[in-house]
Amino acid sequence: MAAGVAAWLPFARAAAIGWMPVANCPMPLAPADKNKRQDELIILNVSGRRFQTWRTTLERYPDTLLGSTEKEFFFNEDTKEYFFDRDPEVFRCVLNFYRTGKLHYPRYECISAYDDELAFYGILPEIIGDCCYEEYKDRKRENAERLMDDNDSENNQESLPSLSFRQTMWRAFENPHTSTLALVFYYVTGFFIAVSVITNVVETVPCGTVPGNKELPCGERYAVAFFCLDTACVMIFTVEYLLRLFAAPSRYRFIRSVMSIIDVVAIMPYYIGLVMTNNEDVSGAFVTLRVFRVFRIFKFSRHSQGLRILGYTLKSCASELGFLLFSLTMAIIIFATVMFYAEKGSSASKFTSIPASFWYTIVTMTTLGYGDMVPKTIAGKIFGSICSLSGVLVIALPVPVIVSNFSRIYHQNQRADKRRAQKKARLARIRVAKTGSSNAYLHSKRNGLLNEALELTGSPEDEHLTKTTSLIESQHHHLLHCLEKTTNHEFIDEQMFEQNCMESSMQNYPSTRSPSLSSHPGLTTSCCSRRSKKTTHLPNSNLPATRLRSMQELSTIHIQGSEQPSLTTSRSSLNLKADDVLRPNCKGSQITTAIISIPTPPALTPEGESRPPPSSPGSTTNIPPIGSNIVKVSAL
Amino acid sequence: MNLEGLEMVAVLVVLALFVKVLEQFGLFEPVSLEDSVEDEFELSTVCHRPEGLEQLQEQTKFTRKELQVLYRGFKNECPSGIVNEENFKQIYSQFFPQGDSSTYATFLFNAFDTNHDGSVSFEDFVAGLSVILRGTIDDRLNWAFNLYDLNKDGFITKEEMLDIMKSIYDMMGKYTYPALREEAPREHVESFFQKMDRNKDGVVTIEEFIESCQKDENIMRSMQLFDNVI
Repeated sequence: MAAGVAAWLPFARAAAIGWMPVANCPMPLAPADKNKRQDELIILNVSGRRFQTWRTTLERYPDTLLGSTEKEFFFNEDTKEYFFDRDPEVFRCVLNFYRTGKLHYPRYECISAYDDELAFYGILPEIIGDCCYEEYKDRKRENAERLMDDNDSENNQESLPSLSFRQTMWRAFENPHTSTLALVFYYVTGFFIAVSVITNVVETVPCGTVPGNKELPCGERYAVAFFCLDTACVMIFTVEYLLRLFAAPSRYRFIRSVMSIIDVVAIMPYYIGLVMTNNEDVSGAFVTLRVFRVFRIFKFSRHSQGLRILGYTLKSCASELGFLLFSLTMAIIIFATVMFYAEKGSSASKFTSIPASFWYTIVTMTTLGYGDMVPKTIAGKIFGSICSLSGVLVIALPVPVIVSNFSRIYHQNQRADKRRAQKKARLARIRVAKTGSSNAYLHSKRNGLLNEALELTGSPEDEHLTKTTSLIESQHHHLLHCLEKTTNHEFIDEQMFEQNCMESSMQNYPSTRSPSLSSHPGLTTSCCSRRSKKTTHLPNSNLPATRLRSMQELSTIHIQGSEQPSLTTSRSSLNLKADDVLRPNCKGSQITTAIISIPTPPALTPEGESRPPPSSPGSTTNIPPIGSNIVKVSAL
Repeated sequence: MNLEGLEMVAVLVVLALFVKVLEQFGLFEPVSLEDSVEDEFELSTVCHRPEGLEQLQEQTKFTRKELQVLYRGFKNECPSGIVNEENFKQIYSQFFPQGDSSTYATFLFNAFDTNHDGSVSFEDFVAGLSVILRGTIDDRLNWAFNLYDLNKDGFITKEEMLDIMKSIYDMMGKYTYPALREEAPREHVESFFQKMDRNKDGVVTIEEFIESCQKDENIMRSMQLFDNVI
């Protein structure tokens, strides 16, 4: 029931009076209107713009946000209004939907922003009115195509290590840029297609005479050479086709696809010719078959995107082309008939029958005008001129539609290519922003710790330093800090990590490996227990202070993995993925946070000392005496 | 010059094209018969405004606020201020999606359109509603009798009742339980006349109608349903 007529419900109920006297059974009880409050105005404040409407207007659609009790969550007690922190422009459309029952889509609005707003207010986009639905659907389709495009190209560039041989082959065929072998194959096939087409063409060129004054085409003069060339090309094409057939994920679908049909049609004539060489009767048919060799030129469409676009355009404009054909046929028949009867009287006219006049009509309507058939009577000339004028019109009408379709598809492709090209730059910029934010955390950890340390020492004049980060930032950093505590690992940045990995791979202690492994757990526990011991007997705030001190000396993490190769792989994977800064990814490593104390700020708590010699400055090359198993974590 | 057959046609075509070219130059003003259609459009967009709120308050039994609410709903659906039959049927059909309510809507329209001018204005609308929702039981029964009496001659015949009954059953649509039979309306009319037609003369007059209704408990109770509609 549309919203607009909800106001007429009392009328509909009143009209039921006509049924009452007729009814034989008693009527059911009417629903009681419990809170029969008067209709009141409610104020909706959307980002400062105030909208007002009747409460009952909103209640017309009880399964949306504004129509249900969900809006009570947004009620602001102080100002007695409902406050929504959303876009007021789109809200205008939403509110009009409640008022009129029709949802409109404004053209200037971004489609995804609009969708988000509709989702927020709990309105299904399907109820957009007919007036705006086309526009909405078009924009949505474009957006979805673009997203799919992006996803496709993303998927193409991911290196999935777990593809089978068949799948890799198929990917190589579809996308030649994946490997050099695929590229070579691509160019080789392209070359052979060109060779094949050129041989077909040159075969028919007259190539010098034979005694007997007969002009011989090259194909017959150098029959053997041409035959060899043809064989070679067909061999290559056959091999290519079989390989594609083998690699296709769905063979049935591959066989039915256009490109595979073209492939088959291109190589069939050769094989049929092999079979039929000795039979004279069917040589005529054989000659016909040779025509199909020209289909090889369509194989180029795998190599040229422009051709593919053209083919796609023609396919998508099929209806316009059909219309063009139909209207042309109608016009041809009409004018041919008229010309035939007009020219019937004149002597020696070429318009011998209506089908014979078809040729004149076609030639005239397409403005070719060969002049092999011309009308001689006055009537014929008049109708002939009308024919040529209308021909121009009929052909000119559907052409812009086809052109605009082609243009749209072509530009879409251009945009997709450009997007792909710029994608790398875009991703790099995004990565910088991301590392920027994680660096912010590491940076602020330093500063934050410093600030807390200073606070502890009771220097009130430095308190203003604590206010440098905003509340949100500090809460975010606190969250990351909690994560560190939970997992007993710490965040460092990328260069540090790589450095450490490299160093630890250089520090090769094979002799001490076994004892190290056995004592690893012990060491870990001792380190951790020490650390945790520290937390028990020290107030928590001191721990960061000590870590801060160690950081000031730039101690590094030595993360020693039990297997060296895994380090390198994990490192390389770090390089590839931009978002791996946060988690040191070395496998099989046990990270113990051994805090190396640096006694530089004197006034700080002395218990911050950790296991290795407190006096030694925490330089990166500080090798603790206990062996290689120490994992020093930089308190970044 | 001896013009024959196709040559004649060709010459006529040329003349027609010539006339068209002259029209383009504005030298030839053809007489067009299409202006009158546009005048009609003007009439239908004329707005009708109801009388003032005070007058309506006097004429009906609604309070001021109720009238305001009613008018807002009315104006929303019919911005021009009047409802014609098509509109009326379309609005009413939105409440009964399963069946065909157009016949009953027509009867309703005729009942609301008291001055029979083919359109229901807000005054008519609110006058009818006032009787149904705020009138006495007798007023309501009167109104119902008026609805049933299709030709407004003061008698309900069996044919009129059958039409009404069929229109009510039409609103149910096809998918009912138990399935609607062809004879159901007729049977219902028979039972109605059994109850209402006192002197068995084949028609029901207003007195018979009111009397029989007042004797029927169910009808009396159902008439009270309308007290709380608005």
